[in-house]
Amino acid sequence: MANKTVKVIKINADECNGCRACEAICSAFHATPKYGTTNPAKARIHVNWDPLRNLYVPVYGGPYVEAECLGRDRYVIGEKEYDECLFCRAVACPSRDLFKDPDSGLPLRCDMCEDDPSLKEPMCVQVCLVDALTYEEREEEMEEEKEKLDELEMGLETLIDKYGFDKVADTLARISISKQAET
Amino acid sequence: MRYAETGYNLEIDLSTGNIERVETDPRLTELHLGGLGTNAKILWDRVPPEVDPLSPDNLLIFSAGLLDGTPAIGANRTIITSFSPQTLLMGFSMMGGFFGPELKYAGYDKVIIRGKSPDLVYLWINNDKVEIRDASHLQGKGALETAEFIKEELNEPKVQIAAIGLAGENRVYFASIEHGRSSASRLGLGAVMGSKGLKAIAVRGTKDINIAKPDKFWEICQEVLKYIEYRLQNPIKGVPAILSMIGSPQEMMLHDEQWHTTSFSWGHARYRRKDFWNEEVAKNWAESQRNAIERLVSCYNCPVRCGAIIRHPSLPTHRYMMKCYSKLTYVMAAMTDDLAFGFKIAGLAQEYGLDGYTTPQVMAFATELYDNGILTDEEMPGFPSNNEERFFYLLEKIVRREGIGDVLANGVYWAARQIGKGAEKFDHNTTKKHEQMVIKLGMLNPLYFLMYATGEKGNITQIEGQIPQTPLPKGYREEFVKDWIQVPTGKEERFKRFILEWGDEGKSFPFWPPPDLVCELVDWQETMHYIDDATGICAGLSSFPIKPPYHIHNLSCLISAGTGLDIDEEGLWEIARRNRNLVRVINVRRGLRREDERPPEDHWKKRFPEYEEKLLDEYYKYRGWNREGIPTKETLEGLGLDYVAEDDMIKKEILKEGVSLGGTTVKATKKQ
Ligand code: SF4
Ligand code: SF4
Ligand code: SF4
Repeated sequence: MANKTVKVIKINADECNGCRACEAICSAFHATPKYGTTNPAKARIHVNWDPLRNLYVPVYGGPYVEAECLGRDRYVIGEKEYDECLFCRAVACPSRDLFKDPDSGLPLRCDMCEDDPSLKEPMCVQVCLVDALTYEEREEEMEEEKEKLDELEMGLETLIDKYGFDKVADTLARISISKQAET
Repeated sequence: MRYAETGYNLEIDLSTGNIERVETDPRLTELHLGGLGTNAKILWDRVPPEVDPLSPDNLLIFSAGLLDGTPAIGANRTIITSFSPQTLLMGFSMMGGFFGPELKYAGYDKVIIRGKSPDLVYLWINNDKVEIRDASHLQGKGALETAEFIKEELNEPKVQIAAIGLAGENRVYFASIEHGRSSASRLGLGAVMGSKGLKAIAVRGTKDINIAKPDKFWEICQEVLKYIEYRLQNPIKGVPAILSMIGSPQEMMLHDEQWHTTSFSWGHARYRRKDFWNEEVAKNWAESQRNAIERLVSCYNCPVRCGAIIRHPSLPTHRYMMKCYSKLTYVMAAMTDDLAFGFKIAGLAQEYGLDGYTTPQVMAFATELYDNGILTDEEMPGFPSNNEERFFYLLEKIVRREGIGDVLANGVYWAARQIGKGAEKFDHNTTKKHEQMVIKLGMLNPLYFLMYATGEKGNITQIEGQIPQTPLPKGYREEFVKDWIQVPTGKEERFKRFILEWGDEGKSFPFWPPPDLVCELVDWQETMHYIDDATGICAGLSSFPIKPPYHIHNLSCLISAGTGLDIDEEGLWEIARRNRNLVRVINVRRGLRREDERPPEDHWKKRFPEYEEKLLDEYYKYRGWNREGIPTKETLEGLGLDYVAEDDMIKKEILKEGVSLGGTTVKATKKQ
């Protein structure tokens, strides 16, 4: 057992005004160079948005999945039926484009804006002046967790799913040889 | 690489079905920035002055602002530009919401539409894939309903849509283009869209927008965000509630409507009801508003929430979104005390795609003609006796161009002349053939006189800003000027002194402030709007309110950091001047002259014809225009608009004026 800081973003969907500032800034913050490009399709938060049904639900890119769900549930909210996928946090799910980089197909998972030095608050929370998103840190006792996949590993997993292990390994080897040759 | 902008326009010819992606000239960004500026350049180059606004040769341009889609807070305007069927001059209207940024993410700065489709179509822009699709099943559908249909049809929840309703299809001269959260309402651009057989444009984009100097850019954005937060918590003291905030304005959040209801006029811009607002009205209206509003909503990348989702059970979509003060325009024009009526009819009018400023005035005008026996039961069979019902009656006639509706659909100016029988006398609130704000005041305001007279936008809210509308009460002035950081460099002393002295003995309108200061203050107000119209930043955060988060100082830095261009304050001012002059010569080429530059005759009770002419002279001189309001050759060349000075008609007009310069003052005749 160990103590661990749990970072929590609380989502108050009732306060969300649908501005999508969170999407914009998330994409800009994770761009290279930082703030160099903006593209909400690359955000790790996604605002479900259906104004004429008064439906505003921000969803964060969460766990990485390799395969889509076997069944599908349907939600009925304000007379309209929604596919559960709309509210699902899974990244890299093969069934949809959400939480995948539109250029590379790489998964987009919320990393709580980990940075050095670390931020006072994640970027999406900072720009959400109406407090639909608020940030809390909690100390919690936790089971020792096995290492989570980091972003690079997650990306590699996706590539492996797409092209097969051998092809990815070959390509990596080839690149590393040519890089070494350059230096 | 192109920064802030995409560097591409989409050219669509609806007659031939041809679609092209065209790279733009970066030099034009340096000269005009983007948005309205580059739209004007395209119209000057490509639409000859004799083109009828509703003909296939007219262009309809949907442009994102230069900073749309960047992290700049509130940079989300779509600047729609064409020629207006109502004024026959250049017509442009800005809408907030999400369309402009989405267009940028799809990889385009503008969509330029020419020609006319034989059948009703809509445009589907999905990154590089652009299709013209059949819209015959959407014929007659409401603007909001249309958007919902298209969303379902494309199965794209994140698509952004701009659509017209029945009014646009039927070419009502004050038809709007609706985009859910916002609309481009003024000057009949919806009719132009209808004339092209274009029901809607749907856009979805997933590409990057680049920033040249990312760290600097974000630093400025953060300051802006901080200032927004500060201003939301610190309304300006000494001005009415509605003017104390930022936004466009805060009509949905605020219940206190004392200022609008008691200072603006009711009916067909006729009656002030100075004692309308009392506790009971306040209570009832607050309740109506609470019942109607489900949520306050913002435009793209802005926390200010000027809009609201409104319940409306009888619409096909059951809800609509309202902005600004359309909640009051119908109520006041219909002379009813029931705010719920406003929410109801505004929703229906939005579904039909109508301008919420002009429409109520046209209906009040028709009601007035009926009450005066000029229109009768013959033209208006079954016209109800109750004002609210009358408005619903007229609404249906107008959007269908049915019976008298066919005449009224052309707006007050044209309808008055078509009806005749003395109806012209009731056309008392238009300028340049367009309905103006329903304000009737006492003493001539020299600043507003010039803005109404010389403005190219048909709408004072797109010209005014920065300074209070009446003198600040004495104890508030010092505090106001203390942190007035928005004032342009070099003007601090003069403008602050203006605020401190305005309202003192002998320091009141119309002869104070002196004309040179009047011109400078007007220039500042106009310039800030011309900058916003190019960048796409919301006027509600920049040119419109008092002490806005954006101002000439941070805007020049922001634009420079975003684009990589090196534009300082003076440079930015010059670009705005260039755009202002280009818009002016486009209108001059279509016949705009000094005699057109007249605010509504009864806008103020106390008028000073001679002094007004002097003000116009001074302003024209200040702008480098001749006595007819036409930019001189030197002015045009100084702004790098030599090709304009070379235009045959402009040359002729400059010359003509040159000959008469020594003669008598141009007689300002009342235009019939
Ligand atoms: S920034 Fe806040 S209010 Fe805006 S969309 Fe995101 S969660 Fe909603
Ligand atoms: S916390 Fe950071 S990474 Fe996660 S969604 Fe917000 S901005 Fe993106
Ligand atoms: S200030 Fe209001 S109108 Fe302007 S961008 Fe923000 S929400 Fe939209």
